[in-house]
Amino acid sequence: MKKSSFAQKLMNAPYIIWSVLFIVAPLIMVIYYAFTDSTGAFTLSNIAQIGDYATTFVLSISYGAIATVICLLIAYPFAYFLAQTKASFQSVATMLVMLPMWMSFLIRTYSWITILGESGVINSFLGLFGIEPLQMLNTGGAVILGMVYNFLPYMILPLYTAMSKMDKSLIEAAQDLGCNKFYCLRKVIFPLTIPGIASGVTMVFVPSVSTFYISQKLGGGQITLIGDVIEGQFQTAYNYNLGAALSLVLMVMILICLGVLNYFTDSDDDGGVLI
Amino acid sequence: MTKTSPLAKLYIALVFIFLYAPMVVMMVFSFNSSESTYIFEGFSLQWYERLFHDKVTMDALKNTIVLAITSAAIATILGTLAAVGLNSMKNKHIKSSVMTVTNIPMMNPEIVTGISMMLLFVFAGAMFSKRDVLGFGTLLVAHVTFQLPYVILSVLPKLKQTDNKIFEAAQDLGCHPLKAFFKVVFPAILPGIISGAIMAFTLSLDDFIISYFTNGPDFQTLPIHIFSMTKKRVKPDMYALSTLIFGAMFVLLILMNVAQSRSDKKQRSKGDK
Amino acid sequence: MKKIISLVITLLIVLSAFIIPVSAENEIFSTEVVEYYKSLGLQGTTINVYNWGEYIDDEEIDVITQFERLTGCDVNYTTFESNENMYSKLSGGGVSYDIIIPSDYMVERLLSEEMLLPLDYNNIPNYEKYFDSEKYGYLVENGISDYAVIYNVGTTILIYNKKFVDEIPTSWKVLWDEQYKGKVLMFNNPRDAFAVAQFALGQSINTTNMADWDVAADYLLEQRKLVKPEYVMDEVFIKMESGEYAFATYYAGDYELMVENNPDLGFAFPEEGVNTFYDAMCIPKGSQNKKGAEAFINFMMEPEIALANAEYIYYATPNKAVLENEDYSLADSEAVYPENLQNTQEFHNLPTDTLQYMNNLWMKVKGENDAGGLYAGFFSAIVVIVVILIIHIIKKNRMKKYYNV
Repeated sequence: MKKSSFAQKLMNAPYIIWSVLFIVAPLIMVIYYAFTDSTGAFTLSNIAQIGDYATTFVLSISYGAIATVICLLIAYPFAYFLAQTKASFQSVATMLVMLPMWMSFLIRTYSWITILGESGVINSFLGLFGIEPLQMLNTGGAVILGMVYNFLPYMILPLYTAMSKMDKSLIEAAQDLGCNKFYCLRKVIFPLTIPGIASGVTMVFVPSVSTFYISQKLGGGQITLIGDVIEGQFQTAYNYNLGAALSLVLMVMILICLGVLNYFTDSDDDGGVLI
Repeated sequence: MTKTSPLAKLYIALVFIFLYAPMVVMMVFSFNSSESTYIFEGFSLQWYERLFHDKVTMDALKNTIVLAITSAAIATILGTLAAVGLNSMKNKHIKSSVMTVTNIPMMNPEIVTGISMMLLFVFAGAMFSKRDVLGFGTLLVAHVTFQLPYVILSVLPKLKQTDNKIFEAAQDLGCHPLKAFFKVVFPAILPGIISGAIMAFTLSLDDFIISYFTNGPDFQTLPIHIFSMTKKRVKPDMYALSTLIFGAMFVLLILMNVAQSRSDKKQRSKGDK
Repeated sequence: MKKIISLVITLLIVLSAFIIPVSAENEIFSTEVVEYYKSLGLQGTTINVYNWGEYIDDEEIDVITQFERLTGCDVNYTTFESNENMYSKLSGGGVSYDIIIPSDYMVERLLSEEMLLPLDYNNIPNYEKYFDSEKYGYLVENGISDYAVIYNVGTTILIYNKKFVDEIPTSWKVLWDEQYKGKVLMFNNPRDAFAVAQFALGQSINTTNMADWDVAADYLLEQRKLVKPEYVMDEVFIKMESGEYAFATYYAGDYELMVENNPDLGFAFPEEGVNTFYDAMCIPKGSQNKKGAEAFINFMMEPEIALANAEYIYYATPNKAVLENEDYSLADSEAVYPENLQNTQEFHNLPTDTLQYMNNLWMKVKGENDAGGLYAGFFSAIVVIVVILIIHIIKKNRMKKYYNV
């Protein structure tokens, strides 16, 4: 198609209008609130206050990064093995992976309290062997476990798509040329699945960094992440300006992290591989 | 077809156990005779009974499903159109800026999206002097907005994979562009559309934060309903509800699988003939 | 395509299974009451009710359905989990509710911002009949009763587990005792948590003196070091009932709920004082159906309804008919209806700058993270990334050299 026909313009128009109205405009409102105070005057004081929360930002990004890496490590072999099973099993398995996401996030997090608690499932089981109850809840580990659990399907699905799209003949060719399994993995499989990794990391890292519920319930309220702080500003303190400023900084940080990631994937794929 | 090694099978099983451990806990405790979701006292069906009398919860469930289906449908249609349009866009600059904008809802923390949309709606409402602007409409718009990137990012790769030449060939053979689209391109990208739709539906079902800020007084969804129980306890009746939903979905999955294997068998026997 | 269709069909089946009609029950109201609500002429109208979660009976008597049946008025019932949440929804504009049920300090705030409508007590005859003005009237003086009708009353309470605690505690300071490390549950919201510290320090819980708040915050930080408390809201039930914890601070009626499941629990009202609160029904500005709202308030004060609610919520009720009812199971509860409490204080609305100051302090208290190990991890991650970057760049340059890429 040489020129952009009227039909094409018609197809693009609704989405462009929608995105301007409902993506760009709210963003502008966030920026507006971040740089003004309650009277509407321009101020940088909100940004200045961010310094108080520097440690919380660092903590949240660290937790998010750790959770993302763990998700990746769990999901990568899973996706690889899944792509090798029977086709009928694969489609069922994909739905089974998504099914927990249809249950309420709150209920799922609550269930982990029942599993990890001092009188919970794991400790009762250990108790049968006379092992002392372990302190699992109210630790950073529990929060990360919660993050990994809730966002694992978002890592599995893009990885699985990438794995299943992979041309198996390439692997066979590499093996024919004499490389062992590990080398194959590094040089052939890994590069081919990079778009999937990029998607998965994005879909896990972003919500992990900004989550607020998991840290309250599984961390015993003793671990405060940036999501908790932002929520507090909007819900309790009514300080929309500070909340907007914190959100803006969070967005920028996430963009930087993802930009670094993009640099390594080196793809000019301007769409991710999702499912 | 490589045979799956026992190690692979074990690993897959372990990951599924991890994913479903809370589900099992939830199912077991839905039959708890006490109010606790922590200590199991005994077996009882009281929570299921109570659920059927609970009008507010049932309304919330109905609302959640209606919203999820409606928003997923709209997002899928709009997103597919957008993906098709984006794919054939010639201007690189506009294309990349639209893609960036598309990614924004994915990168934004949900609370920011929720609040900013509420502020936007209230501002618009004030401009048009409409008091009760928040309601099902605003909720729907918010849901479609955060679902769109996922739909677009599901369909776009499939579009890229589709050979444009077949589309042009169809047109050369005399097909109207629209007809050519539906006959050639659409079936090829259908898997992407379906995955995008399912993803959109999933995201909408469990959304709390964005729904909280953009809903109105007459439309409460299940996640908001459950979240508002934080002063009094979350009782196992919510577990019972989740178990029922899970059961229904599981049955559906099995049915689909059976139907799929039956149609596979038919195809195979056809091929043999 | 098939997938979508079968999905939709199954969902519809699931949906329809849940829309089971309410079974016909025996009429619990007298004919006069039934006639009164019928005659109000609210048939076909709607009211939007905004209440706390699980704060209305739906077990014994489905209050909402009964109201709809008697008046013909439809009820849109939605819930919130904190006063602040409700306020941000309300103040954002864009919504109109007919009934909201905020707590005391929030009622004051809404009143000061002129967001409430005055009540027409001609439409609420049950108030005169059943409200115990003698005992609870003082809570709504200063004109508040023109705008609000009390729904529930309560106090905060110290709950302890007799297995860990030998004598009945008399002071909030017991929550700072190191021997209970890891076994203390505190409120996970700033005002209630600070109130515990402020009572222990002898401050006013409504102080506007920033220095006072600083002292209270430091005291809470000390508590974190000594005792490592967990900050909980609804998890307090399962945690206290499990018998793993020595102390919890929560609301009086909830003690009765917990002790049903764990008889080892006891309660105490510390000498320094407790916080008395009330939740009241109000009509916000922008209500579209004031008559329906007032009928709802009146309905909530019907003896049968008030009794059902009181038995469900477990908090104290200001309704005389309930208190005089022999069947009321909590009438003798010392936790729910304590006698002669000293030094009680009520929450009042704080000015915005105090609120924000308190919130910043609360974030500081919560934000005390033991994160040494994580910082190490974070910085080593940065080092790793930089190293990878450098290797990447070197490789690229080498490729360019050899292949003129």
